[in-house]
Amino acid sequence: MTSVAERDGKAAAVTRPLPPGRRRDLGWIGIPLVAAAGLAAYWLLPDDLALLTRIAASALFVLSLDLVLGYGGIATLGQAAMFGTGAYAAGIVAVNWNNDPFVMLAAGGLAGGLVALVTGALILHARGLTLLMLTIAVGQIVQEVANKARDWTGGSDGLSGIDPAPVLGLFRFDMFGHTAYLFALAVLVIGLLVARRIVRSPFGLACRGVKEDPLRISAIGGSPKSYLVALYAVAGVFAGVAGALTAVTSGIVGLDSAGFPWSAEALVMLVLGGTGRLYGAVIGTAAFMGIHHVLAASDPFHWMGFIGLFLIGIVLFLPGGIASGVERLGGLLGRKEGGA
Amino acid sequence: MESIFGIAVDGIAYGMILFIISVGLSVTLGLMRVVNLAHGAFAMLGGYVASYAAQSVGLPYVAALIVAVALTVLATLPLERLLYRRIYGSANELSQVLLTIGLTFVIVAGINYLFGPTLKRIPLPDLLTGTVALGPKAIPTHRAFVIGAGAATLVGLWWLLERTDFGIRLRAAVDDPAMAAALGIRTERLYLATFALGTGLAALGGVLGAELLPLEPYYAIRYIVLFLAVVAVGGAGSIFGSAAAALALGIIDTAGKYLIPNFGEFFFYAALILILFRWPHGFFKGRTA
Repeated sequence: MTSVAERDGKAAAVTRPLPPGRRRDLGWIGIPLVAAAGLAAYWLLPDDLALLTRIAASALFVLSLDLVLGYGGIATLGQAAMFGTGAYAAGIVAVNWNNDPFVMLAAGGLAGGLVALVTGALILHARGLTLLMLTIAVGQIVQEVANKARDWTGGSDGLSGIDPAPVLGLFRFDMFGHTAYLFALAVLVIGLLVARRIVRSPFGLACRGVKEDPLRISAIGGSPKSYLVALYAVAGVFAGVAGALTAVTSGIVGLDSAGFPWSAEALVMLVLGGTGRLYGAVIGTAAFMGIHHVLAASDPFHWMGFIGLFLIGIVLFLPGGIASGVERLGGLLGRKEGGA
Repeated sequence: MESIFGIAVDGIAYGMILFIISVGLSVTLGLMRVVNLAHGAFAMLGGYVASYAAQSVGLPYVAALIVAVALTVLATLPLERLLYRRIYGSANELSQVLLTIGLTFVIVAGINYLFGPTLKRIPLPDLLTGTVALGPKAIPTHRAFVIGAGAATLVGLWWLLERTDFGIRLRAAVDDPAMAAALGIRTERLYLATFALGTGLAALGGVLGAELLPLEPYYAIRYIVLFLAVVAVGGAGSIFGSAAAALALGIIDTAGKYLIPNFGEFFFYAALILILFRWPHGFFKGRTA
């Protein structure tokens, strides 16, 4: 036991990244850029609104994973459990009681947050492989429950017949997806703003502290586990809202929304974009799903090979993801301009 | 009574397959501290090579088995040098997960490209297709063969790790890599050999288990969760832990599917969560945990 703690401690000390303040931070410009790019895409790509809507909702999901992984250091392969729960909760609420889009989002966020809170309290005492396994197991159980509760979820046929009411009673969800896309983009931007507020709060900084050095946090009187559980629950709310957003915009919820592959894909998107930067989640999602859309048309297996090579390359050559590449480029240019 | 016997035989056979594949993962995880998600892909590779050797080349079963294990080890050794070496023992599980998921994707795509997306079979020799009498009952010969192979693997690994020079060096390197290196143990070679051992076991399990875990391109992604579960429950680096965990999970899964088929995998994962909640380091504390 002691030897592991020691070894982990040493290893962490060696690989600890630069403190966040010293890294070139492009965060302030990220959110307006996302909003602008999103609106530009709305006019430039009017035929791909369905894809763009999916990207916006997925980006919110990947953002929730970024909160957990990038700011809490919790490596998880079960984030889709919260996404799926949120999607099903929103769908069930809409079919049975109330189909207002905001009520659906609230139901999804609440359900995702609750699942994260309960499972987080149960599993976050573990580390490493055990934690990875537990997150996978939670995801599989959620999926299995959704499969079995056929009366509520439609089982393997999926939950359909979700017909959201007009947004604010004014904007009807049209068949071309205009409303759906703008709604999803708005939710994503609001989500980014809230997430930015959270990671800059004392709570967010404490979570970062836990990620960097849990021992020190407990030495100054904090409880690393309760910070992580709280962070996990907050991210669960984000994931639940993202799930609800897909239910609102697509009108269907399927079993794969809670599956292990969806968790793994989110992880890939996040790393592609760069962890620990909120806009990294958006870049990664847009890049991944955009390339996927273009390439997967030919053969899904070619796509897998491509993304696999890409992942290996990222780990070996660009550990910080695309966002760090952009930042490094930015750093190079800045140095040239400064003439130093 | 009949069903209890059936569950026991199928559950143990299934557990033995899980053991053969997972123990390779457990050994590499215990020594190199790499969460190798590509382990399932190595098992699949072995199965596909055996299937090709038996069906297209026409080798007999045992020859196909040996060729498959040898070729898989040969094909994956360069990966150890090129890729795995960079992520050994790293405190960053994330880069391990990503690199090995990426590798899995590449292998899945490659297998599909070479062998096509259809289900592949490894034809069993006549010797293994009948049943053998076990007292008043009869059990399928293939099941008996798998159980025997699993037991042989268990004994062989125990002997290798506890009684040979290789095992002594390996255990030294696991317990304290820096000290082992200082004493003149060539840890790099040791890692290479251990990686080969792990991959070979994966390939062996992939071939032997083709009847229970059918060979198709998504094999690598579908079953890796099972193998990881066995290692997590058994404790990384513990051979007997892996065996106990594989048998327990194999029997739980089989019993769940026989008795309450509606719930599918539910019991497997529920048991997994309960076990890991109670014993976060697995049943048997491995050498590293």
